[in-house]
Amino acid sequence: MTTRATATTDLLRDRRVVAPLLREIASRAARLPRPIRIMEVCGTHTMSLFRSGLTAPLAEAGVEMISGPGCPVCVTPNGLHEAAIALLSDRPETILTVFGDMTRVPTSRGALQTAVPARGSRLKIVISPEAALEEARRAPEKDVVFFGAGFETTIPGIALTVRRAREEGRRNFSVLSAFWLVPPPLRAILETGEVRLSGFLYPGHVSVIIGLRPYAFIAERFGLPGAVAGFEPADLLLGIRSILNQAVAGRPGVALEYARAVRPEGNPAARAVMDEILEPKDALWRGLGRIPGSGLAFRPEYAAFDAERKYGLEIADDAGDLRGCRCGEVLRGLIRPEDCALFGRVCRPDAPKGPCMVSMEGACLVHLRFGSPGGRT
Amino acid sequence: MSRISLEVGSGGRLMRDFIADRLLPALGNRYLAELSDSGRLPGGIALTTDGYTVDPIVFPGGDIGTLAVNGTVNDLVVAGAKPLYLSLGLIIEEGLETAVLDRLLKSIARAAKRAAVLVVTGDTKVVRRGQADKIYMTTSGVGRIVGSPAPGRLRPGDRLLLTGTLGEHSIAVMAARGEYGLSGRFRSDCAPLNYLLPLWKRGAMWMRDITRGGLATVLSELAERTKHPLLIDEERIPLSRPVRGAAEILGIDPLYLACEGRAVIAARAKDAPGILAALRRDPLGRRAEIIGEVQTKVGRPGELILRTTAGGLRRLEPLTSELLPRIC
Repeated sequence: MTTRATATTDLLRDRRVVAPLLREIASRAARLPRPIRIMEVCGTHTMSLFRSGLTAPLAEAGVEMISGPGCPVCVTPNGLHEAAIALLSDRPETILTVFGDMTRVPTSRGALQTAVPARGSRLKIVISPEAALEEARRAPEKDVVFFGAGFETTIPGIALTVRRAREEGRRNFSVLSAFWLVPPPLRAILETGEVRLSGFLYPGHVSVIIGLRPYAFIAERFGLPGAVAGFEPADLLLGIRSILNQAVAGRPGVALEYARAVRPEGNPAARAVMDEILEPKDALWRGLGRIPGSGLAFRPEYAAFDAERKYGLEIADDAGDLRGCRCGEVLRGLIRPEDCALFGRVCRPDAPKGPCMVSMEGACLVHLRFGSPGGRT
Repeated sequence: MSRISLEVGSGGRLMRDFIADRLLPALGNRYLAELSDSGRLPGGIALTTDGYTVDPIVFPGGDIGTLAVNGTVNDLVVAGAKPLYLSLGLIIEEGLETAVLDRLLKSIARAAKRAAVLVVTGDTKVVRRGQADKIYMTTSGVGRIVGSPAPGRLRPGDRLLLTGTLGEHSIAVMAARGEYGLSGRFRSDCAPLNYLLPLWKRGAMWMRDITRGGLATVLSELAERTKHPLLIDEERIPLSRPVRGAAEILGIDPLYLACEGRAVIAARAKDAPGILAALRRDPLGRRAEIIGEVQTKVGRPGELILRTTAGGLRRLEPLTSELLPRIC
């Protein structure tokens, strides 16, 4: 971390910077009809909001924040998790590589971390797709599968790794993919009209890749203001202030409040890599159902690296959530974690009943870890 | 739970449940029931024990030998006892180089001298290759009681002090493992806390050394014992630049990182400034701060509340499951 980056971060966390922003938000909110409900799409935004203790001051200022479906581990349905478990348990000589959170999602077949591997197989937690490819190089006699869930932030990196694997002629590497795109579920949520929203806080790092244009339909077709925001406390408030400014002026658009990381046009090179290797597909989301064009699949020339095709995996569409788990409704913004009867009592981080309590960005875990004083544990 | 999971050893909630549900019913007596870092016994003596399994056994700022001395010394200090004697148990994996063992023994000797304790007895076992990871150590320590912790008597207005920066040990061990691609000037904070002993006569009412689970876990345990919520201010918590950067990159909250030479102290408001000044006069306490208080304005009894740098308020939960394996 450079000294300048630290200084910027310090400033954006400083209560002397945050307090005036909250006052400005309150004064704008006072000029708008209630309730004011803004959906923060990205799970990391949810985490930042709660970690900095801003939800209560925002509520006092008249703004209610609703969590959206921006948690890749959470929106990946159990059918895919169970397919990964089957791969590990049924296929010998397989190394299943995965990010840590994915190993603890509970399914009717248990979780990945407690699955008994087949002979010669094992589970390995990695922190990047490159590390998974390195396993394939290190162990040519094994079949390495990378179970990767992600949004547009993570997908280019995985795509690049697959391209590298193809260039190296790696026959023992493939990806079980759970690739999700951010704009389609927002359209789906708005089209059902089941949640009344005043605006959107758009994800910071997804927007690094996709830029601002993919959100334009939300302002143009649905008349809702939005802003791309960063992750420090003041970043979040700058985004919310921008949304309220747009609402007060009656001019909804897509504002950029994270210019130090995001360019309006996004990252065309990253999108080109995605386009070269992947093509759109209809995807089945936890809680939101099947959404057209909301996922990405490997193009035919990359079929050898698609674990689903390579191993003829059957991904069950109807592998349900555990009984009583309402993660799907949380992802749609319909309920808060506290509205679920299992929250904090039966469903806890050491005994999760659904991915929203497993993922660091899951709304349920965030609400529990960073709850407000006097709230339900 | 029908098998012991790794998380039970993490120092968090699962370990506390393990102690309450399995150890106490089997072994319980009035000394053990206090669940203090050291047993305080008749005749004014205190007794403690600790096992050391850190991986790797050598890291910037120390090794398993320094840990084995300081960890046990510190458990006595924070229980109100002046450390006097240690026993040293060694479980050595067959094949460990004698040069390595000699280095560790030198470290133990140096640490014991610095902490003014004598190693008076010990035991050595050697197990087959693969049945231990290079070397494990156990030290028990005996001390003379010089102060009496009284967490039950803490009341609103009492202050909480932190003796220095958080997380140095955890980050140094993680960097030494080389797993996360971390590089930087990290150094474990492993050190004896003897300099805190006089504070028992200057108004200290309770002390805890911050090990596994970090500051959040230690204060959560205190919150459960006092009848009032605790409030600490994130802005007052000292962090070194390298630890702050490493924790950011790894996505770990420094409030949960273990130390091996830091303590939290509780005292009446009138005594806190004097204790702070005394801490800062010692090289180990230069970055000491008053970080919070016992109060009733926010939160409910048993809660630990954090005022964030942004000025918001949130609960700080104890660590429930394993954050980092084998750091001590």
